[in-house]
Amino acid sequence: MNTIHDMGGMHGFGPVEREANEPVFHADWERRVFALTTAVSFAVPFTDDNLRSAIESIPPARYLASTYYELWLEALTKILIGRRVVSERELASGRAEPLSKDIEVLGPVTPADALAALDAGFPARRASGKPARFRLGDAVRARNLNPATHTRLPRYARGRLGHIVADHGVMSFNDANGRGDGEQPQHVYAVRFTMRELWGPEASARDHLTLDLWDDHLDPA
Amino acid sequence: MSGDDHDHHHRAGWSDVELRVRALESILVEKGLVDPAALDAIVETYETKIGPRNGARVIARAWVDPAYKARLLSDATAAIREQGYGGSQGEQMIVLENTGAVHNVVVCTLCSCYPWPVLGLPPVWYKSAPYRSRVVMDPRGVLRELGLELAESTEVRVWDSNAELRYLVLPRRPTGTEGLSEDRLAALVTRDGMIGVAAV
Repeated sequence: MNTIHDMGGMHGFGPVEREANEPVFHADWERRVFALTTAVSFAVPFTDDNLRSAIESIPPARYLASTYYELWLEALTKILIGRRVVSERELASGRAEPLSKDIEVLGPVTPADALAALDAGFPARRASGKPARFRLGDAVRARNLNPATHTRLPRYARGRLGHIVADHGVMSFNDANGRGDGEQPQHVYAVRFTMRELWGPEASARDHLTLDLWDDHLDPA
Repeated sequence: MSGDDHDHHHRAGWSDVELRVRALESILVEKGLVDPAALDAIVETYETKIGPRNGARVIARAWVDPAYKARLLSDATAAIREQGYGGSQGEQMIVLENTGAVHNVVVCTLCSCYPWPVLGLPPVWYKSAPYRSRVVMDPRGVLRELGLELAESTEVRVWDSNAELRYLVLPRRPTGTEGLSEDRLAALVTRDGMIGVAAV
């Protein structure tokens, strides 16, 4: 979706400000939001694509006015309300009501199982999928796609010419997964663009930018 | 809301967001969807066990062991796992080598993708609008602001980690460090160097 999260190439946000000796979390509630999001995804399964999609759906003005973990909290709450696992009434009262019998959930993840799962990770690679349409060195053009749903193709690359510099193999397709259309596994390629192709003649002639794009993001050029 | 809860909330002086997080946690615990001990274990892991010191050890090993460096550049996920690191947000790792001719810098313009097993959770500036919006279009300007002036002859490569690949920059080993032990070398490596916004 074409909204504020897709901010590569925008002006006006000011200088990058680094915090010296920054803590991992800035408040206890940030710790709890991070941990809750991670832990509840075992009992009420959702993916990173679902979380990202929910974050991107937050209206732009509020997105920019929110801190990072406020965005997570809002997105997580929206997902859980969407699954009818919690309600606004419960959040306002702080009191749990009985879970409806027709809602499928799993039990709470144990500390040991949570840590083991995080250590194993959640690989995106799949054993098989759509055959590769491109090879190393091929010239490709990023498609001019403007879906109102989740996509990992940033606006600044759409319609731009690049070259395949690596084939990362077959992976689950986040765009499809994020809109609930299944994984549609396919090849992901590192596509290198010149800075001039992306940003025009004022950009450095020497510099490049690489994006990892799925087969369905690309056309032959 | 019961009178007890009301009094308790006000006594603690919690903000709206704190109240909402407390409510969400207690509801999920009461419904049997979350074990509070699992929350504590997750927080402890990312506050004390997973962070940029892990990545620094990987970099130091690559500096002292050419065979390890070769494995790191050809199959980063496996080479990083050799050091005991891996998992969530590091399932498909790529290591980018800085040289005299090429400088690499990593961003996630769409959200906050970052190689957790080797760098921990990302700092606020990495997730911020100024960094995400600007480094893809004006990397040299952003790096200069952050104190890293690159020669005009150096090629800058920006890596927008928009998919499920996660990137770690292998900085150049500083000159004059030939006699240092691996531990001493690891102490020289910074988080920012491994993102590509500092030299080391």
